[in-house]
Amino acid sequence: MHDNVRARLAKDTIFKGIVCLFAFVSLLPLFLILYYITRNGIAVINWEFLTSLPRPTGETGGGVFNAIVGTLVLIVLSGALSIPCGIAAGVYLAEHQAGKLGNAIRLSVVVLQGTPSIVIGIIAYLWIVGPLKTFSAFSGGIALAVMMLPVIVKTTEETLKLVPYHLKEASLALGVPYYRTMLKVVLPSGMSGILTGILLSVARITGETAPLLFTAFGNQFMNVNIFKPIDSLPYRIFYYAMSPYPEWHSFAWGASFILVVLTLSLNLVARGISAKWKIQY
Amino acid sequence: MTRSTPNIDRSERTFTVVLAISGGFIVLLLIGIMVTLFFNSLPAIREFGAGFFIGKTWNAAAETFGALPFLVGTLVTSFLALLISVPFSLAIALFLGEYYREGAVSGFLRSAVEVLAGIPSVIYGLWGLFLLMPAVRYIEMKLGVAPQGVGILTSSLILAIMIIPFAASIGREVITFVPGDLKEAAYSLGATRFEVVRNIVVPYARSGIIAGILLSLGRAIGETMAVTMLIGNSNFLPTSIFSPANTMASVIANEFAEATGVTSASLIYLALVLFFVTMLVNIAGTWVIQKLTVESSREVT
Repeated sequence: MHDNVRARLAKDTIFKGIVCLFAFVSLLPLFLILYYITRNGIAVINWEFLTSLPRPTGETGGGVFNAIVGTLVLIVLSGALSIPCGIAAGVYLAEHQAGKLGNAIRLSVVVLQGTPSIVIGIIAYLWIVGPLKTFSAFSGGIALAVMMLPVIVKTTEETLKLVPYHLKEASLALGVPYYRTMLKVVLPSGMSGILTGILLSVARITGETAPLLFTAFGNQFMNVNIFKPIDSLPYRIFYYAMSPYPEWHSFAWGASFILVVLTLSLNLVARGISAKWKIQY
Repeated sequence: MTRSTPNIDRSERTFTVVLAISGGFIVLLLIGIMVTLFFNSLPAIREFGAGFFIGKTWNAAAETFGALPFLVGTLVTSFLALLISVPFSLAIALFLGEYYREGAVSGFLRSAVEVLAGIPSVIYGLWGLFLLMPAVRYIEMKLGVAPQGVGILTSSLILAIMIIPFAASIGREVITFVPGDLKEAAYSLGATRFEVVRNIVVPYARSGIIAGILLSLGRAIGETMAVTMLIGNSNFLPTSIFSPANTMASVIANEFAEATGVTSASLIYLALVLFFVTMLVNIAGTWVIQKLTVESSREVT
């Protein structure tokens, strides 16, 4: 073989090696993070950690029960606020591919999706916390709902675009009114995609801390009143991580473990749903 | 039958109106966000105007506010993070989009990248605090700079890890758009795979890769929690990549809860700037990708 060809082939092999190396080196942080969370997290997780409230400084023990409950309250609240509107807007977009309002909505969704979470936190503060004069779970729910909305709209639109047009035509040809066709034929056939989108958006907001800093704020005590400050797992992690006490640091790892398990299982379920109920015609 | 027709008509109309209102609500939400940010930052805009962007002091006690330290902090951390992350995200994109499109290994890599994208930012911050910070402190001691551990370099590293998945997944997508006949033509002329990647794949997917980098830049600029935990929160102009600083997002996270009056307005002014910067970056990135998608679907058909 010519030296020239050999050099080119060598370059080819080297490049491939570099690509593989870089691709797998970038997974190193992931494994380190998961390793640290599991090692440090499992050590503190026990029944007491899961079911008791945080203790004040100086007392040992305590747990994150209120934070777990708070996170669930925030998820339900933001879901209730954003899911109906998000699905309706997604249906609108799927039905109006062109048009001024459609394009305006599409642009807004792109911008909303890219808006930094801290800015959304400020907005919820100015809209809700300011007028009500108190931090509240409600304002946190609003902030998280604004973050969920674009994801739901986008996935709904994209799923419904995949539903074949002849399904809709068949229903309309049978004399079924348009709104019943949409509700009973088109929406159910896109249900798996929409559900996936909802779960992914829930997974996204479950770990959000920045919008909660000046809305839900955090609370040492148990609270389910949505007009009072409420605790959440990400906020508790932040609070414990920034504290000077080693015991609280280990609590932060424990809470992180719960949070990661929660978000990863949401992601897994979402992917399972989209794989299992994939639209097939 | 005749009696139920008006009913159907009414439900029909309600249905379409509800859809349009929900859609319009999203547009209104965005406009509302802009208007709220603008009006609440008015006191600061009036007081400091454009001088806000070149003022070097941020002093709540003296009520003088200049955002230059935070603008510099944001730009330096984001671009440094991009610089660090680009080789890695490009490698993942090429690996998944060109070298191994299918198979167990690429499936594993793809899920791992997805998991990386799904980890909450506060956990990146926590991890950085206990692993990255000592590591950077060690490096600083070796180099003989003040060993603080927190600062621009630490935040850039964590940001780089956080944005790799976004640039990588967009890059993978645009690389798979590269038409097979172009590549096959090059192969038939005797090109090696490296030459195909360098002369066909990357040039063809260039604008999409750049769009992916733009979108991940948007993420880096707006990222709050991990940076807040690792940047060291100093309101002075950073002097080196080891010095502690603050980004626009982190200063808001630190100070907004206790702020009143002009301080609060200045922080909202910062949020307004942050909002517009990320908006421009996102619109530009999305626009490029959309154009690419349309073009490639046209070529297929």
